[in-house]
Amino acid sequence: MIQFTNVFMTYPSGNKALQNINLNIDKGEMVYISGRSGAGKSTLLKLINLIDRHTRGQIIVKGQNLERIKNNRIPIFRRNIGFIFQNHRLLNDRTIFDNVALPLVISGSSHQEVKRRVQAALDKVDLLSKINNCPMELSGGEQQRVGVARAVVHRPAVLLADEPTGNLDPALSWDMMKLFEQFNQVGVTVLIASHELDMIKHMNKRIIILNGGRILAMGDNNKKFISH
Amino acid sequence: MNQLIKTWLAQHAQAFFFSLGQYAKNPVNNILTTIVIGISLAFPAGFYVFLSNAQIVSSGWDNAVEINIFLETTIDEQQATDFANQISKRNDIADIILIKKDKALAEYKKLSGFTNVLDVLDENPFPNVILVKPTYKYFDESKTKHLVEELRVMPEVDNIQYDGKWINRLAKIIDIVKLVIFILSTLLAIAVLLIVGNTIRLSIYSYRHEIEITKLFGGTDSFIQRPFLYSGLWYGIFGGLIAWILVSASMQILSGPVNNLSILYASNFQLTGLGLVNTFCLFGFAILLGLLGSWIAVKRHLRSVEPK
Repeated sequence: MIQFTNVFMTYPSGNKALQNINLNIDKGEMVYISGRSGAGKSTLLKLINLIDRHTRGQIIVKGQNLERIKNNRIPIFRRNIGFIFQNHRLLNDRTIFDNVALPLVISGSSHQEVKRRVQAALDKVDLLSKINNCPMELSGGEQQRVGVARAVVHRPAVLLADEPTGNLDPALSWDMMKLFEQFNQVGVTVLIASHELDMIKHMNKRIIILNGGRILAMGDNNKKFISH
Repeated sequence: MNQLIKTWLAQHAQAFFFSLGQYAKNPVNNILTTIVIGISLAFPAGFYVFLSNAQIVSSGWDNAVEINIFLETTIDEQQATDFANQISKRNDIADIILIKKDKALAEYKKLSGFTNVLDVLDENPFPNVILVKPTYKYFDESKTKHLVEELRVMPEVDNIQYDGKWINRLAKIIDIVKLVIFILSTLLAIAVLLIVGNTIRLSIYSYRHEIEITKLFGGTDSFIQRPFLYSGLWYGIFGGLIAWILVSASMQILSGPVNNLSILYASNFQLTGLGLVNTFCLFGFAILLGLLGSWIAVKRHLRSVEPK
C-alpha cells in the first residue's frame, strides 16, 4: 500500500528531515512511527499526504508514484487519505455534523449519503448525541474523536494520524488507539505518528523508530527490534 | 453524468447560499464595503445620466442649425423658386424653406412698425431668402463648410450666413466632458476592483484555517474558490443596487428644479433617468467588477494557503 524507496527530504532551509528511508507498509496494516521531536515522524506523514514533496527517492501510495502526481491532481489523491491532527483542527463556527461532513461534501456525495455516513461515523466514535453541537462545547477528547470521525467518514484507504493522543490523558489515549485498531480491523491501512513509545509498545503492532530523519529500528512487541 | 451535473449544481447552490450567509454574518463591515462600492459605481452611472441629458438638450440645438442663403436682389420670385427646387435635390440638404421677398417685407413692416418709411422706397430692398436644413443630425463644421462653399459660388447666391461656431464649441466641450467621465469611470471601476479584491483577500485570510482543512481533505481550487467568487457576485449585486438607488434618488431630487428651469426657457425638457436597459447595464457592470475583483484576489492569494 505504501512503499518508500531511498527517500530523502531536505527542506529549503537545508534541514535534512528524512534520509534514505526504506519501508513497506502492506494493505490493511497498522504501523506506529515513533521517535523524539524532530525525528521526522510528521514529515513522513506529510510526504504520504503530499503536503510536502520528497527531494529524492521514490514513494508509492496505493500504486501511485507520488512524484508523478501533478499539483492539480493532489486534491483527488488526498480523497483516499484520512488525516488526524494533534490539535484536531476542527472548524469552530460549524456544527459537529458540518465538520464531519466536510470530506463527503468535498467529494460531492448526495445529501442523504452525507447524512447517513456522518451519523454512522459519529455513532462509531460515540458522539452521535453531539451532532448539532459546536466543537467548543466538547471536551478535548471528544473533539479528537470528532477529528477521527471526520478522517474516516469518506472511507479512506489510508488513515494518517499525527500525534493523535498528544493532548489526551493516558486513559483517553488508550481508548483512541483502540478506536484506530477498530478501523484497521475493517481493512483501513493506519499510520500513527506518536512519541508515546511506552503506550504503543503494548499495541502489538509494527513500530518504526526514527531518529534524526533515519530509521533507527523497526519491529513489534513480539519480535525483537531490528536496528538499521 | 446526470449525477455529476447534480453534484455540480448542488455544490454551486451550497456556495451561493453559504456566501450569502457569510455576508449576513458580518453585516456592518459588509454593508459599509457595499456602500463604498455603490458610491463608486453611482458616480459613473450619474455622469452617464448627466451626459445623456446634456446630449438630449444639445441635440435640440443641433437641429436648429440652419444655413441662410440670401439670393441676389435681381433674382425674382420664380427664379428663386426654381433655385430652391434645384438645391433641395442635394443629398446633404434635408429641407428648405423659401421666404419670398414680398413676404419678408410684409413681415418686417408688421414687426418693425416702419410701414410709412418702407412705403416711401421705390422697390423692395429685401432679397429672397432660402433657409436650408442639412441632412446630418449633429452639427459638423467640415460638412457645413463644404456645403456653404458649394452654394456660395452659385450665381443666384449673394450671401450665406450660418452660426454653428457656438454649437461646435459646445460639441467640443461635451467631447471633453465625455473623456473626463470615461477617465473617472475607469478609475472608479479600478477602485471597485481593488475594494472587492481587498475584501476577498481579507476574507481568504480569515478563512485560512478552513481552506487548509478543505485542501487536506481533497478540496480542489475550484471548490474552495467558489464561495469567494459568489461573495464577489453579492458585492456586485448589492453595490449595483446601492448605485441605482443613489442615482434614482438624485434624479428624483433634481427633476423638480430642472423642470422649473426648463419652463422658464419655454422648453418641455424633462430629466431622463437610467431607464431599463441602462439599469441592466449598471447591474451587469457591477456584477462583472465584483466577480473580476474576487477572481483576481482568489487567483492571487488562494495558492498561498497550503496545509502545513
